Amino acid sequence: MICHGQEDGEHAHCTLAEEAEHAVGVSAFECYQCGKCTAGCPLAAEMDWSPHQILRLLQYAAPELEEQALRSLSIWLCLTCEQCVTRCPQEIDLPRLMEYLRQQSLERGLMHPQGRDILAFHEAFLDSVRKHGRLQEVGLVANYKLKTGHLLQDVLVAPRLLARGKLKLLPQGIKGKAAVRRIFERLQHDEGKEE
Amino acid sequence: MKIGLYPGCSLEGSSREYLESLQAIAPVLGLELAEVPDWNCCGASAAHSLNHKLALALPARVLALAEQAGMDKLLVPCSACLNRLSTTRAELIKNEALRREIAEVIELSLTCRTRVTDVLSVLAKATANGFSEKIRQPFARRVACYYGCYLTRPVEGAACRRTEDPQEMDALMKLAGADPIPWAFKVECCGAGLSLSRTSSVAELAGRVVEDAALRGAEAIVVACPMCHTNLDLRRSNIEQNLGTRFAMPVLYVTQVLGLALGIDERALGLHRHEVPVRWEKKANHQDTQAPSEVK
Repeated sequence: MICHGQEDGEHAHCTLAEEAEHAVGVSAFECYQCGKCTAGCPLAAEMDWSPHQILRLLQYAAPELEEQALRSLSIWLCLTCEQCVTRCPQEIDLPRLMEYLRQQSLERGLMHPQGRDILAFHEAFLDSVRKHGRLQEVGLVANYKLKTGHLLQDVLVAPRLLARGKLKLLPQGIKGKAAVRRIFERLQHDEGKEE
Repeated sequence: MKIGLYPGCSLEGSSREYLESLQAIAPVLGLELAEVPDWNCCGASAAHSLNHKLALALPARVLALAEQAGMDKLLVPCSACLNRLSTTRAELIKNEALRREIAEVIELSLTCRTRVTDVLSVLAKATANGFSEKIRQPFARRVACYYGCYLTRPVEGAACRRTEDPQEMDALMKLAGADPIPWAFKVECCGAGLSLSRTSSVAELAGRVVEDAALRGAEAIVVACPMCHTNLDLRRSNIEQNLGTRFAMPVLYVTQVLGLALGIDERALGLHRHEVPVRWEKKANHQDTQAPSEVK
């Protein structure tokens, strides 16, 4: 990988945009700031930096601006609905880049406080799949509540679901659940700990 | 037509009426569905958000099991699972080294020869010949066909051809006797996986969908994705609170509408499992028919 400053014989310093390009093959530099991603993004209105601004933060290649991107709420709100990449004239895979930025944000301990519930949901979801091989919805909700402390959220929903036969109370693991657990172990995705 | 089936976790739990209605109409349409043996969760948006290799390995295990069972084609009714399985397959076909690495992780051989397909394509083929003769009770209602995200995106390999204004579900609804309306929110996102972790955002996004469909006179919204259904149906009270309006408009799976048109029993189609009751005050437009739940 050719990094910023390398050609001058200086100590190689990779910018976040370069690292992302190397890791996931998405180049922030191809963006010319037309704003089409932001116009179509369902959650742009709730974001602190809109999608095209996240790309702009990376383009400056300045550590303090890169940190802004990693500290943003935006990267956690991305729904991966794919509207942005579908309409992007440069075909920049922004959802894939957002995924990379979330992982970097976690690794560097820069997660936005409002990202906590969203992360807790993803973790509770994967905990369930690691244990049983399939998602057990009751366990997911219970685990999410414990992780976030939102104990009373949706308490009125559960009885209605139960009455309609939509809740399975006992987990039914698959035969291959040990094999699924080994997949998690190999890819170093342990409980409560990210890569 | 014999075809493999990957139900996915939602269809076994909170969206079981989607699977029930699919299985109820399958024999009438000449579809023989064989479930992938011992399938696991695809990882959904959770794996996709946190660990890219895990997001490949979990769907890869499903593909490998389908392959092992000799399935040429795999029907994936859930749009989120469909997205994970088809993008994984595409990525592993493109990247040989990665495919070998993932095959080792899942301890199974993996060629990716099993193709992945969506519910609209399968239903279009299954209704191509002689469907009109099977209709017992045309579903004569104005419907808003809601495609959401993953039936049209990513564009490469998408189930639907017209990304911004898909027609595949509309065509099925016409076959069932319904009147699909033109509207603005066919392919907008409902908020999907944030249903639990950020319900306020989902109430806002799903609310726009329900509101536009209602304003344009739809009597029902039709979906083909368990997450769309959850956010438009189960989250209806959140939507109503957010907008300060009540909406009586039910949300049906495409398989339920076809089932009603075929004259299949409502309970077999799981209509009683919805949050928003599937009944209408006004008679159906159609002169000779009554919608099944109308008179109780």
